[in-house]
Amino acid sequence: MGILEVKGVNKRFGGLQALGDVNLSVAENTVHAIIGPNGAGKSTLLNCLVGKLIPDTGSVMFDGQSVLGRAPYEINQMGISRVFQTPEIFGDLTVMENMMIPCFAKRDGSFELNAMPSVGSQKDIIEKAESMLDDMNMADKRYMHAAALSRGDKRRLEIGMCLSQEPRLLLLDEPTAGMARADTNNTIDLLKQIKDERDITIAIIEHDMHVVFSLAERITVLAQGTPLVEDTPENIKGHPKVREAYLGESA
Amino acid sequence: MFGLDKKDTSLLIVVALLTLLAPFILNPFPSDSAMAQFNAGYPDLMQRFVIFGIFAVGFNILFGLTGYLSFGHAAFLGVGSYSAVWMFKLLSYNIIPAVVLAVIIAGLFSLLIGFISLRRSGIYFSILTLAFAQMSFALAYSVLSNPKFNLTNGETGLQVYADDPQWLHGANMPDVPHLFGLSMRSTYTLELGPWAFDFNTGYYICAIVMMVAFYLAIRIFRSPFGMMLRAVKSNQQRMNYTGLNTRPYTLAAFVISGMYAGLAGGLMAAMDPLAGAERMQWTASGEVVLMTILGGAGTLIGPVLGAGFIKYFENIFSKINDNVLHGWFAFLPDGLEDFVVTIIHPFVGKGWHLTLGLLFMMVVIFLPGGLVEGGQRLAAWVRSKRNKGQDDETTGKTEPAE
Repeated sequence: MGILEVKGVNKRFGGLQALGDVNLSVAENTVHAIIGPNGAGKSTLLNCLVGKLIPDTGSVMFDGQSVLGRAPYEINQMGISRVFQTPEIFGDLTVMENMMIPCFAKRDGSFELNAMPSVGSQKDIIEKAESMLDDMNMADKRYMHAAALSRGDKRRLEIGMCLSQEPRLLLLDEPTAGMARADTNNTIDLLKQIKDERDITIAIIEHDMHVVFSLAERITVLAQGTPLVEDTPENIKGHPKVREAYLGESA
Repeated sequence: MFGLDKKDTSLLIVVALLTLLAPFILNPFPSDSAMAQFNAGYPDLMQRFVIFGIFAVGFNILFGLTGYLSFGHAAFLGVGSYSAVWMFKLLSYNIIPAVVLAVIIAGLFSLLIGFISLRRSGIYFSILTLAFAQMSFALAYSVLSNPKFNLTNGETGLQVYADDPQWLHGANMPDVPHLFGLSMRSTYTLELGPWAFDFNTGYYICAIVMMVAFYLAIRIFRSPFGMMLRAVKSNQQRMNYTGLNTRPYTLAAFVISGMYAGLAGGLMAAMDPLAGAERMQWTASGEVVLMTILGGAGTLIGPVLGAGFIKYFENIFSKINDNVLHGWFAFLPDGLEDFVVTIIHPFVGKGWHLTLGLLFMMVVIFLPGGLVEGGQRLAAWVRSKRNKGQDDETTGKTEPAE
């Protein structure tokens, strides 16, 4: 039994079958990559896991509990954090404030009317946010507005924010999309470090094969809404079906 | 002090001094001079300054922090006023139960309207609040004023009549709103040579309430709750995917600002025991939006400044008529005098809205951060002048480049 079990998931948008009978099992404490050509249904699948979309049929179980029908914030409180394709951070807030908000969410739950004490008096939160900023090598940027960060730093901040919630499953949606080579390599190193240092399961959707093969322990190949194969990176590399899906039949 | 950091404490002290010394500050001109026109230190207007200050400070908690633009906050102000007058009618002229009930009823009312309106965001939220406010206006103006059930007394406005029960009315208590016998209307006038300064009980009660309201607003701004509200404004998507439910946060902000509006409405009735439906009209809701934006949305002091600015214009500029203008320009030759008066005429007196509109446009275009941004720029300019020739490195913050 994996920490995430997807069984028989179907999702249809009008005449388009975006996901057709998807089965997926992500084992605990592994890095699992989901790859596939454009339009394969990777993002749709991800959206079904976090509560943004509800599948027409099938089940999605996280740690033995169904996530279907729950709001994104509830699913997040269950232990699933999501990193977006374009970094979603609080642009108007400082880097430090960005890091504190998930710490509050972890400590106080989805809502807390904490309106009289000052932020500065929340020592435990400040300490936690500061140590996470240190881990992300961003302590020197703590007073900057998050909107002013570089693309790579925004990504780093977003990953740090997700980690400070101590999630059990981290979902990454093309974390290196649109990044320069150097930033991509930094992100790979960061993710490797996270994988080595923490008890965390990572599911990653990625186009960039360099990223996939440097990180993943298991790979699922998705094509036209259906999983083609699931295997280790070594076996996926030379798999004829994968070549076919990516390069067309004549290849 | 009071759980605030140094900067906020000094801001609070400045506001406290300004409000306590307002009778002096607002009356700088001798009462027999031509400039006495511009004196704003009379009780009525000073009360309005602080009451609308409370209204705008509360509105800013919703609009400034979460970015949800409500066009219906006058409804809560009106509800507050009606509740207060009912307390006068039923209990006594003591303002404490009146103001307390005003806050509670406005809170409940905003809970209901907020719960429904906050299902949508952006322009749809604004339209929903506007619709609710107009419905409340219609209810107050006609529906809830019929012979069988007269809650609002229609267009006449709700007021206290001699045959009202007033169960707790003491024999030796004044027949005007009072605080344990201290009449809201009692005024002590200090004559200093040609100057006259009015110290009005009602004003000082309102001023103290405003300082408490302002202090609470600072606490909210600096609290984790305030930070969450700013996060709602910044990125709701990230909020949802960080395990935070935005709905109760925005609803709490909505109710708090509704209670501030109710407090302002209750105080308004406490100064003058009369509540009319026009207080709930959409123009009144628009006015508080103008105040907040003009002063600086999302800043602490901005809404107070904006409220003072607009109320000053409304009451002072509107009083300048052609006679006054002729008096000012009497030194010019006749033809020229008439010409100048004709030019200025549309902008003063009944045309004060025109001047206000032009000023509002200028502020929004050139100072999007409102009067507060104007003040900051001025301060930065003065600082750079002073530091000219000295070390340039230390001035200004380092702005990160993007």
